[in-house]
Amino acid sequence: MKDSRNSLVTAPYLLWSVGFIIIPLIMIIYYAFTGPDGSFTTRNVGDIIYFVNMKALMLSIALSLVSTCMCLLIAYPLALVLTQVVEKNSSLMALIFILPMWMNSLLRTFAWQNILERKGVLNGILVFLGLQPFYIINKPPAIILGMVYDFLPFMVLPIYNSVSEIDKDLINAARDLGAGSFQTLYRVIWPLSLPGVISGITMVFVPSLTTFVISDILGGGKILLIGNIIEQLFTQDSDWNAGAGLSVILMIFIVISMIITAKYDREDG
Amino acid sequence: MKKILYLLLLSLVLSASGCSGAASEDDENTLYIYNWGEYIDPDVLTMFTEETGIDIVYDEYETNEIMYPKIEAGAVNYDLVCPSDYMISKMIENDLLEEINFDNITDKDNIGKEYWEKSEEFDPGNKYSVPYVWGTVGILYNKTMVHEPVDSWGILWDEKYKDEILMQDSVRDAFMVAERYLGYSMNTTDEDELQASKKLLQAQKANVQAYVVDQVRDKMIGNEAALGVIYSGEAIYTQRENPDLEYVIPKEGTNVWIDSWVIPKNAKHKENAEKFINFLLKPRIAYMNFDYITYSTPNIPARALIEDEDIRKSPIAFPNLSDYDLEAYSYLGEDADRHLNDLWREVKSY
Repeated sequence: MKDSRNSLVTAPYLLWSVGFIIIPLIMIIYYAFTGPDGSFTTRNVGDIIYFVNMKALMLSIALSLVSTCMCLLIAYPLALVLTQVVEKNSSLMALIFILPMWMNSLLRTFAWQNILERKGVLNGILVFLGLQPFYIINKPPAIILGMVYDFLPFMVLPIYNSVSEIDKDLINAARDLGAGSFQTLYRVIWPLSLPGVISGITMVFVPSLTTFVISDILGGGKILLIGNIIEQLFTQDSDWNAGAGLSVILMIFIVISMIITAKYDREDG
Repeated sequence: MKKILYLLLLSLVLSASGCSGAASEDDENTLYIYNWGEYIDPDVLTMFTEETGIDIVYDEYETNEIMYPKIEAGAVNYDLVCPSDYMISKMIENDLLEEINFDNITDKDNIGKEYWEKSEEFDPGNKYSVPYVWGTVGILYNKTMVHEPVDSWGILWDEKYKDEILMQDSVRDAFMVAERYLGYSMNTTDEDELQASKKLLQAQKANVQAYVVDQVRDKMIGNEAALGVIYSGEAIYTQRENPDLEYVIPKEGTNVWIDSWVIPKNAKHKENAEKFINFLLKPRIAYMNFDYITYSTPNIPARALIEDEDIRKSPIAFPNLSDYDLEAYSYLGEDADRHLNDLWREVKSY
């Protein structure tokens, strides 16, 4: 009785996941391991050894790591501050943080292009103040900036959630037992907030690794990330097999990153 | 595994029936058009519907390469598409196009003879296509930033203009620039020539501010860059917005292109499509389109309607074809296409 009711409740999700997750995944894997004529081949996946593809993958990993670290450095103190503020205001501040997410991320990225351009908003202000103009557009720092800006809320919210759930008695106890602010933070709050940190890292690292929009708009087409290569293979080359092959490689890297973070989660949490 | 296959099949059947279901709903009085973005005066579409009672379903694409797989897959049965020359020859070669019934194109003589002749290069016998707009690819430069005569592709390699150059982010146009500068054909498939062109483009990359397509226009208007590679059709528009801009066809020669209307094999409303082509050939309609999109029209009576003499006689909009060393792209074949795309990625990741 209970079983049948459960399956009824989960039916929509099952349909959803079969239709939009499992079948597409199977199709990607099918395309990845077949040639244009439908015969089995490992060539598409093997394409990753080419210098261009390997370089794009390594660059993607490097930029994603940097932007994930920067997100963490910005988000953690911010989440702490947010929980310190009186309850009412904290939800207001959280709202301010989520507010940009109500706008389309493509628009926000284009806005950054306008701000950072050589004759853009930022340089207009700098030149007006008699300062040196600032050129990072179409260079890797601009892409990192775009990633940090776009994905920061995904780091702040899980950390904020896990920090605000820490029992205040634990912190008070630590203080009573003679721990200073730093010791309380390092020995009590940090370990207890780790699940939030871990999910924040995953939620920033994975979209950074796969993005092609940010690098396209803020990189001026001069920087190819692995996402750009896959996108071009699908659209310009209309070579779905090669595109799917590289997608599989990218998925492997995502799974590896999730295994690593999950491992830390278990050890520390 | 068998179950999974069934599921896959089921989903395919579902999606296929979804499409055909949508198609069977529309009546005979419809026309499905697939055109470049910003490539027609929207009023023309309304006027056509008012005059003929035929409803138009209108979709847009950004590059030939994005359009092609959609027509090939036939997910939507477009009745009318507007690809460029080399893509038309690819579509003819792969048997994707239907011959146009020229009995229904009564105004075809409005198109200048030289454009029909040029079309023979990609559509021998003029059986599948009707020219819509044409143009060249050249250099747009800002007179306040470039104080020397611009007459060669070579200026795009001048270190003086580091970070001031916008290149086309489109594989054929980018390679055309390098190939022409080196004196090769823009349709070369010779490996040494391709490698030399690739190396030249890689050497240029340090000078290039960005590889973009449509954004060349806005960035040049906004004084973001000193030099940009652009289609001639954008030149008049950009000059209207920013009088400091000037367009030149480099002396090494360039690409001359024609975008023409074609009817795909799986079109369901062929006669409506032919009606629409003929409608576009009317001088007043062709003139409206020229005024709106500013791309050169091959329609001779329409050109005569242009009031501004500077534009009517403009060597940018209507260059004398014999004054320049012009070449059209031809379809290079699937393997060569793939190879060129690989080389282009090597440039962009350099």
